[in-house]
Amino acid sequence: MVTGILPIALENATKAMSVLMGLDKEYVGVMHLHKDFNENLLKDAVLNFIGKIKQIPPVKSAVRRVERERIIYFFDIVEKEGKDVLFKVGCEAGTYVRKLCHDIGQFLKIGAHLTELRRTKVGNFLEEDSHGLIEVKDAYDFWKDDGDSSKLKKILIPVEHAIPHVKRIFVKDSAIEPVCNGSPLYIGGITRIQEGIENEEVVSVFSLKEELVAFGNSKMNSREMFDAKKGVAVKTDRVFMKKGIYPRWNEELPPPSTT
Amino acid sequence: MWLFKSDEETDENYGKRPDQRTIEEKIKNSVIIVDKHSGPTSHEITDWVKKIFKVSKTGHSGTLERN
Repeated sequence: MVTGILPIALENATKAMSVLMGLDKEYVGVMHLHKDFNENLLKDAVLNFIGKIKQIPPVKSAVRRVERERIIYFFDIVEKEGKDVLFKVGCEAGTYVRKLCHDIGQFLKIGAHLTELRRTKVGNFLEEDSHGLIEVKDAYDFWKDDGDSSKLKKILIPVEHAIPHVKRIFVKDSAIEPVCNGSPLYIGGITRIQEGIENEEVVSVFSLKEELVAFGNSKMNSREMFDAKKGVAVKTDRVFMKKGIYPRWNEELPPPSTT
Repeated sequence: MWLFKSDEETDENYGKRPDQRTIEEKIKNSVIIVDKHSGPTSHEITDWVKKIFKVSKTGHSGTLERN
């Protein structure tokens, strides 16, 4: 049974699920070797599993069983006791650590399987940021019954703070309502652009109050958005903000002067 | 880090900074990080969280079972 940290999105924040799914993960686990193996040779062997690897999802998996590429950022052997190897691994979302251990066993020609696994990091979230269910329930009751929200405030992470891996584009107040209605984000609506956005990348559209407005696919890279005078910067994909929070400014209701 | 395209201010009459949301608003727009112990599945835990907060839906980011 795998334990460890599990981010859970509430209500409106579930709209960010597809983006939250893409967060990198770290695990601590125990790999059981089917025959004993020299520790130094083992450390050398696992170097072959760092970087881009190819993986076929296991039989019991939610996805189609076709070979796919995943990135392993590190695979550290912490301790070895006989045939049991304690390891730490950092990997891209969608990596099957059980399969990784199996494949390492195949590579070593001795066989291996995963016996224990604990998730220690998701994106920037660490075990220290996690809470047991009883603690969560207590915090909720403390607020509901006693009106003290201090504990609950510490547990609730605004969705805006949970998605630092998605690059951001900040927009003018006047650009928000059209995006909420599914319109693309046009160049004229942009105030600032995070550097490093590529064309056709999932990006987030933010208000100047740091509210998440929507996710979309970039139609230009950061530099092109900066240089362009007009055109579509982002095709809106998933709207987060409810309609009607910001007005739709027009000739009758001009945007307030900001000079 | 940032490319500044235009200098604009935001109208305080509309929208709300995430840290100024009421608790009710925070509940509907937040993520919580649960420490999952062995026993219940990720799905069951997610369902319990939904009941605790009395929200209409919850979702988890990547099951711990299939790994």
